[in-house]
Amino acid sequence: MAKPEVTRQESNAARNDASEAVAEFQPHRTGLAYRLQHALHMNPALVPMIVLLLSILLFGALLGSKFFSPFALTLILQQVQIVGIVAAAQSLIILTAGIDLSVGAIMVISSVVMGQFTFRYGIPVPVSILAGLMCGMFCGWISGMLVSKVKLPPFIVTLGMWQIVLAANFLYSANETIRAQDIETHAPLLQLFGEKFNIGGAVFTVGVVFMVALVLVLTYALRHTAWGRHVYAVGDDKEAAALSGVKTDRVIISVYMLSGLICAFAGWALIGRIGSVSPTAGQLTNIESITAVVIGGISLFGGRGSILGSLFGALIVGVFTLGLRLLGADAQWTYLLIGVLIIGAVAVDQWIRKVSV
Amino acid sequence: MPITMPTTKTRMAALVAATALASMSVAGTAMADDDTTSACLITKTETNPFFVKMREGASAKAEELGMELKSFAGRIDGDHKTQVQAIETCIADGADGILLTASDTSAIVSAVQQARDAGILVIALDTPLDPIDAADATFATDNFKAGELIGTWAAGRLGDDADDARIGLLNVNVSQPAVGVLRNQGFLQGFGIDLGDPKKWGDETDPRIVGQDTSDGNEEGGREGMENLLVEDPMIDVVYTINEPAAAGAYQALKAMGRENEVMIVSVDGSCSGVANVRDGVIGATAQQYPLRMASLGIEAIKTWADEGIKPEPTPGKDFFDTGVSLVTDQPVDDVDSISSAEGMERCWG
Repeated sequence: MAKPEVTRQESNAARNDASEAVAEFQPHRTGLAYRLQHALHMNPALVPMIVLLLSILLFGALLGSKFFSPFALTLILQQVQIVGIVAAAQSLIILTAGIDLSVGAIMVISSVVMGQFTFRYGIPVPVSILAGLMCGMFCGWISGMLVSKVKLPPFIVTLGMWQIVLAANFLYSANETIRAQDIETHAPLLQLFGEKFNIGGAVFTVGVVFMVALVLVLTYALRHTAWGRHVYAVGDDKEAAALSGVKTDRVIISVYMLSGLICAFAGWALIGRIGSVSPTAGQLTNIESITAVVIGGISLFGGRGSILGSLFGALIVGVFTLGLRLLGADAQWTYLLIGVLIIGAVAVDQWIRKVSV
Repeated sequence: MPITMPTTKTRMAALVAATALASMSVAGTAMADDDTTSACLITKTETNPFFVKMREGASAKAEELGMELKSFAGRIDGDHKTQVQAIETCIADGADGILLTASDTSAIVSAVQQARDAGILVIALDTPLDPIDAADATFATDNFKAGELIGTWAAGRLGDDADDARIGLLNVNVSQPAVGVLRNQGFLQGFGIDLGDPKKWGDETDPRIVGQDTSDGNEEGGREGMENLLVEDPMIDVVYTINEPAAAGAYQALKAMGRENEVMIVSVDGSCSGVANVRDGVIGATAQQYPLRMASLGIEAIKTWADEGIKPEPTPGKDFFDTGVSLVTDQPVDDVDSISSAEGMERCWG
């Protein structure tokens, strides 16, 4: 991503509306395909955004007001909030050319820590929440240390951490669910992310607002802070980054810790979403988050892609899931289409990579 | 049976020891020579409270009868390989009987046959094998009856309004597993709806059914499935759920719409948190099943088999031994026997 000669256009394009960016850019070569390819290269979130808009229009046309209502559209936001938050964490890791299979497990153990600290030990709720957040960050720190200092491949580290964290979760919780009614009476703060408010038929929850805010803050941090540029640099070419004076180990550890912390927040949001604390929740979150990231156009080779894309990726999955169910299609069609989207997204990614600026 | 969605999680590598023991069994190790009767309990997982309770029941009864009990479990629901290894280990060990809750009810049949050929009594607990006579006996909940109880209760509770009911159903998943079909169709029959083909759900034409969705048998899935049903018809007033976690999730979705007090939720299982939800008015009624009884009856049957060579008989009129089911509710209706949530609490599991 580090291509200094296009930095100005890139930030212009980022600031402006996507379609304007296409019109504004002056290519060295002409031809529609080339211009498109270039625009996509500048704005990796463009493809998923277009796919998202098209899919909303498609289902809106097929289903009418049932789908095209503030209620249904904001429902999709609520349904993807957990995956959306976790996908943000996953994006950070993938930008450093890593992958995190343990995100879902970290999310669940954090929510279990928040719940059990409150109900088993009677610790004040804010302290328990803090403990849960620390727990998530600690898991991330372990992975980060193993990846950077011990130099183990991220896939192996997080495959191991996934099993370790999940087993620790079951051992610690004794597979005990804390009921929504108990949490409501004794520790409503745990359900904070489930608090909802209405704006003209549209229903928003604190969790949804958090998801969107998180993605915007991370987008800013990745584009406009030294830390963010270092994350891209490390993912693009670690050796080169190290030679340029980037403390690569530190960047990697910080990314894994931040990702763990975000997963812990997702755990808190999960309590708001399902009301209860359930150690068996979120079994597929790791795969779902990777799916969102890939559909969102973030390159699995690291160093390229926008975190906004992964939010769009999560939303695309949400739109297809709800839309197809309302159409009465067998749920297997949803999975089939998501599979097509994944492969399509990576194919587009490969095509864009061929662009030479 | 507590329903959970099989995940795609990586299954663990083979147990070398179990494989070695299995090859010994092929060499023809027969039943144990010593006097102690020994039994194996093989469950789907060891974390699910339902199976924890089962193990408690089995070990208490085994201790009482002076039997030796070995427990095995798959790592996750759907972990078929570990269960096969466990059966092979039990054959090699010369067990007298095996109590099994199978993860894959048809694939396990050949391993079960091996055990029976070695003179071991195999009893399927909670989940019938496919075909059901692949095991010597099946001790299970009558899931159709469980569904029928909550269906009849819901109709009775609504009275004349049952004719205008708006019903949403939250099943486990799209693969229509047998237990899920039985509960679903039992519920509809109890409610007074024409079933069409009782072997599957979704072919009913009654306009009172708003829709059928899935829940994966957990809170997350229950909430999402309920939300989808509410998009189809926000005025749903009766909700059937495959189990109590799904019911708890559905309740959250209704609460988010402010409709939690207008909708009747029914469920199946009778776990302690589920019964507590009946007490608190989250669930209107639930059908309670008894894993502890399944296991202790199973251990007794193995003892009888080892001592006298007699196999257990199925309940008259059924192809399995019915371990009973009770309706738990604090709002009893005429014509349906029920127990209160306080009584349900005393017998709950988990």
